[in-house]
Amino acid sequence: MSLYQVQKFLFELNRSTTFQERYRQDFESLLADFELTPDEQRALRDEDIGLLYVLGVNGQILMHYAAFLGVEWTDYLNRMRKGVGIHGPVRAGVYAMTTDRNVVP
Amino acid sequence: MSLVYAGVCSHAPGITGRIDRVTPEVRTQVAEGYARMRDEIEALKVDALIVIAAEHFANFFFNNMPVFAVGMADQYHGPIEDPDWLKIERTPVPGNADLSRRLITELMKTIDVAVCEEWQFDHGIMVPVHLLTPRYDVPIIPMNLNCQAPPLTPLARAWTFGEELRRACDALPERIALVGTGGISHWPATPDSGKINWDWDRKFMDEWTRNDKAAMLGYTDEQIYAEAGQGGFEIRTFISVAAAAGGKGNVHLCTPVPPVAVSVTVASMDIV
Repeated sequence: MSLYQVQKFLFELNRSTTFQERYRQDFESLLADFELTPDEQRALRDEDIGLLYVLGVNGQILMHYAAFLGVEWTDYLNRMRKGVGIHGPVRAGVYAMTTDRNVVP
Repeated sequence: MSLVYAGVCSHAPGITGRIDRVTPEVRTQVAEGYARMRDEIEALKVDALIVIAAEHFANFFFNNMPVFAVGMADQYHGPIEDPDWLKIERTPVPGNADLSRRLITELMKTIDVAVCEEWQFDHGIMVPVHLLTPRYDVPIIPMNLNCQAPPLTPLARAWTFGEELRRACDALPERIALVGTGGISHWPATPDSGKINWDWDRKFMDEWTRNDKAAMLGYTDEQIYAEAGQGGFEIRTFISVAAAAGGKGNVHLCTPVPPVAVSVTVASMDIV
């Protein structure tokens, strides 16, 4: 259920300019609206794309989030790859990494 | 007669957003591929363009994921993504609520669809619409198959949707173009982005070009995931178009372009 909440947070962020305003101005209260574990809260607070990827956030949601953050494309791919190196394989969903973590396709 | 054009094309965000990372030769190939489809559609002076998309969480979420969805508005907006990232400016896109309503009324005789009076376009619709109707002067009717959140729209149901969409279009007097948009094999939005199974792509496009229903519906999602990645789930849009058109395909462009994460594909299909 918690991954669902993380993804819902990002889904709303990606598509709503109102939500984006709150994200910029009142992040902590926004976070409190969602049922998140401390790790998930930290991942969102730190904008930790690698950890969010490993938690199983759908790749399309994560990609739009990275675009919102202004993360450059190659950096975005590297952050996910690095996340797998630190936290292990993707834990849920259908966007798992299939290549060796040291090999860039 | 109502369906006057059918085709498929890729929609990867890199086609607009990262096209500067490919060689000038490939860039020209890609531009020419979409220009050919644009010219074909323009020449037919269509009243509307249906885009069957593989939506990426711009509108639908895991709380309410339709198997089939159809837009019914006079105006849509997109892209939801950062315009600098996608290199497409945010813009209103014209729709045609009245035509949507009549199409939906026909479709609903046999297919249950979610009706959407609001729809924000992500790259999955904005990239094709931007390239095919750059002046945003053709009403768009967005449609969606669930290619993202398992359990996905079954392939056989994607085929049935295409058949019923054809029936619905042919019941109306308007001249309608249909474009399905998705990738073949690809692993988008993962660290594997850029990985392409070119043999799989050629095999599938051969099946699509021959309109080989049994072959196209013969895949399981497990096979697709293993061999063509989660991006391969989007073949559903190609399958719907094949069912709607009924003829043979003509591939204008199909070439692996790793920097944009997919074999960029543009193809039309004869309507019979």
